Amino acid sequence: MLRLEAMRAIYPLLAERVVVTNMGAAPAELFSLGHQPGFFYVWHSMGLASSVALGIALARPELQVVALDGDGSVLMNLGTFTTMARYRPPNLLHVVFDNEVLLSVGRSFTTATATGSDLAAIAAAAGVPRTATCRTAESFAHACAEALRAAELAVLVAKVEPQGPASYFIDLHLLESRFQFERHLRGLRAAGAGAPAEERTAP
Amino acid sequence: MPVSVEGSRLVYDALKACGVRLLSVLPETWLVHLVSLADEDPEMTLVRLAKEEEGVGVSVGAHLAGVRSAMLMQNHGLLASVNAIVSLAQLYRVPLLMLVSYRGGFGEEHPWQTEGGAVTEDLLHALRVPYLLLERPEEVAARLRQAQNLAEASLRPVALLLCRGLMWED
Repeated sequence: MLRLEAMRAIYPLLAERVVVTNMGAAPAELFSLGHQPGFFYVWHSMGLASSVALGIALARPELQVVALDGDGSVLMNLGTFTTMARYRPPNLLHVVFDNEVLLSVGRSFTTATATGSDLAAIAAAAGVPRTATCRTAESFAHACAEALRAAELAVLVAKVEPQGPASYFIDLHLLESRFQFERHLRGLRAAGAGAPAEERTAP
Repeated sequence: MPVSVEGSRLVYDALKACGVRLLSVLPETWLVHLVSLADEDPEMTLVRLAKEEEGVGVSVGAHLAGVRSAMLMQNHGLLASVNAIVSLAQLYRVPLLMLVSYRGGFGEEHPWQTEGGAVTEDLLHALRVPYLLLERPEEVAARLRQAQNLAEASLRPVALLLCRGLMWED
C-alpha cells in the first residue's frame, strides 16, 4: 500500500485527535490531506515523535494521542517501545509507516527492516500489549480503529511502498505550528475535555 | 551509600514548589533518593527512561500539553541528549528544566566519570544553555525558581548542576 492511502484511510480518526508526526514524508502527506490544529510535526529529532506523544499522553490522560512514525526514525529510538510499555498509557497509539528505506535520502538506503528486523515483534517483546503489522489500507484502518476503541497502548506497523510526496514543503512554519498546537491543547482543557491539569501561573 | 538525603529532599521540595508535576529520569547513584521521592509522590508523574534523549521528547510533550516538567539525569546523560536539546527543545522554543548531577569533578573517585566532568560546563556554553551550580543547601530553592522562570521566559532549556557538596556526604 501507499503511505498516502493508509493515511487517507485513517484521516477521519486523526482529524479529531491529537497527532504527533516524525519528519519527512509522513507530515507532508498528512498536511496535504488537511492540517488540523491538533496536528504537530516534529521536524528533525528523529526518533522522538513517540516520546513527545508519550509526554502528552501521560500529561493529559483525557486526550487520545496518535504518533505517526517511520521505520528509520523509530530505529533511532528503539528504547521508546520499552518506555511506552512500562507505563502503558491507554490513550496512546503509535503508528509506524515502514517502507524499509530512508526515503528522503534515497531508495537505495535501506533500513534494517529491509533485512528482517520486525518492528511489531520488537514492540511486542518490549511489552506493548497490542501490536500488528498491516499490509493493506483496509486492514490498517481497521486495526487503528480497534486500537482506539479498545483504549489500550498499541504499536501498529503499516508496510508501505517506498514512495513519497512530490514535495516535502509544508506552508506552516514549525514555530507557528508549535504555538498553534499548544494553544489548541489548552483550549481542549478549557472546554472541559476530561480532568483539568496543572494551571500555569499568570506572568 | 552516602548520597545526601537532606540535599535530595531540598531539591525535590524546590521542584514541587516550582509546580513541576512530571519528572523524567534515568537513575544514577546521586539521584536515587530523588527518584524515590518522586516515585512515592502521588502528585508526581515519574517517567523512567531507557535513554536520556527520550526525556527531552517527553518534556516537550508535557509542556505543549500544559504540564510543568523537569529532567533528572547525570551529566553523561546530558552528553547523550545533545541533539534533542538542540533540535527539539531549542528549535521549537520549549522551556526545559534540566537537573544534572555533576559527576567527575573535584573529589571524584571513579575514573569513568572524569572525562564527562571535564567537558560538562564547556558543553553547556557551546549549547548556549544557561546554568547555575547547586552546591549550597540555602541556595537550592531560589536557584531552582530562577531557573524555572528563565526557562519559561526565554522558552529555552536551562540547566542546574547538582554538585558533590549538595548530593554526596564525603
